[in-house]
Amino acid sequence: MLNVGKIKEGFVLDHIKAGRSLSIYEHLQLDKLDCTVAIIKNARSNKMGKKDILKVECDIDMLDMDVLACIDHSITVNVIRNEKIVEKKDLVLPKQIKNVYRCKNPRCITSIEQELPHIFILADREKEVYRCKYCEEKFTGLFF
Amino acid sequence: MRHLMSPLDFTTTELDRLFDLANDIEANPQKYARICSGKIMATCFYEPSTRTRLSFESAMVRLGGTVVGFSDASSSSASKGESVSDTIRVISCYADICAMRHPKEGAPMVAAEKSGIPVINAGDGGHQHPTQTLTDLLTIRSMKGRLKDFTIGLCGDLKFGRTVHSLIHALIRYPGIHFLFISPEELRVPDYITELLKSQNIPYEEVIKLEDVMPRIDMLYMTRVQKERFFNEEDYVRLKDFYILDADKMKPAKEDMLVLHPLPRVNEISVEVDKDPRAAYFKQAQYGVYVRMALILTLLEMETEVSPC
Repeated sequence: MLNVGKIKEGFVLDHIKAGRSLSIYEHLQLDKLDCTVAIIKNARSNKMGKKDILKVECDIDMLDMDVLACIDHSITVNVIRNEKIVEKKDLVLPKQIKNVYRCKNPRCITSIEQELPHIFILADREKEVYRCKYCEEKFTGLFF
Repeated sequence: MRHLMSPLDFTTTELDRLFDLANDIEANPQKYARICSGKIMATCFYEPSTRTRLSFESAMVRLGGTVVGFSDASSSSASKGESVSDTIRVISCYADICAMRHPKEGAPMVAAEKSGIPVINAGDGGHQHPTQTLTDLLTIRSMKGRLKDFTIGLCGDLKFGRTVHSLIHALIRYPGIHFLFISPEELRVPDYITELLKSQNIPYEEVIKLEDVMPRIDMLYMTRVQKERFFNEEDYVRLKDFYILDADKMKPAKEDMLVLHPLPRVNEISVEVDKDPRAAYFKQAQYGVYVRMALILTLLEMETEVSPC
């Protein structure tokens, strides 16, 4: 059994689908933070069989909840203070995401116009469908 | 300041006001002949277009305004690598309103975000062509007297035709519309549209043979099979003449049915149909000018008073 120590202040992302933690690490740009990060892959889970967990020792404000919600809104976000879970945050799909994902439509103006932000608007919350603000190209499942 | 990016930018009430104005322009052209005197429209066409550009230019000239612009990207600063954002900032200093066609989808929206003047999307790739939809709606409303309670047959390339998709989106806002989609299997209307219709309980049928449904149609919207949408010549050749509307096929149709077409046509409507009183496609092109005149006046916020009918 692998033991990873508790964190004092920060957050634990639990119930990440097995194998996705590294991608989440990249998209949350955790490599740019000067803090302790533990990536636990393929941990045993009664609910999921296998799961990944991310433990990050930094202020919760440093976490981009919108990006996380786009990746997988079923992830559990536990806020830790003094080594204890003080809050569980719900992830809600954001109405708009900016510069997280690039529009892949080669006919979209974003493919040639420099400095243009890549913006996706939530078109269908139930089906988790986003559309490019400019060309309306459909996009489901942000990263996986 | 308002722009027009999609036909859904206007509510149905706003569209009614726009169409009332267009009909007033049709009935009283002299009243509007100098209303835009001193105003300049920029037509920024980054790809070739005949009808749409000339229709915009005709509309502005008929309002007493003048037109500046370019008709393909090679004669604009885009060939030097200038962005749409920069171009529109400059054009805003030269003109009062801009109609933009661009091969890249969303380019007019980028322009609208940076513009100091109203921008009209005159077609952006395969995405939107809102003034064609406004033209179609005005034609139907003017010639049928209503935009509700009819059966519309859409025939031809229903897969790639942006005019068809925009028209469907615009029509589902009105009650009592029954859609008949007439196309070969390969050019069926996309799933997202049929899903949309299902979710709103709007009746539709998909058929292959035009003859099977002809007697039930109030409005027949023909489309061209566009060569540029096909990856191989063989498929295009096989499908291009799948539907040819001729005098024989018109026989079982209702006496007051209308035949519409966004033009240009190739072979899908035989020339002999032109003299049939139900052929409305050239009249439709005329309505295209009226609706663009009304749109220019609306976006320029010119004071107009529609004469009572």
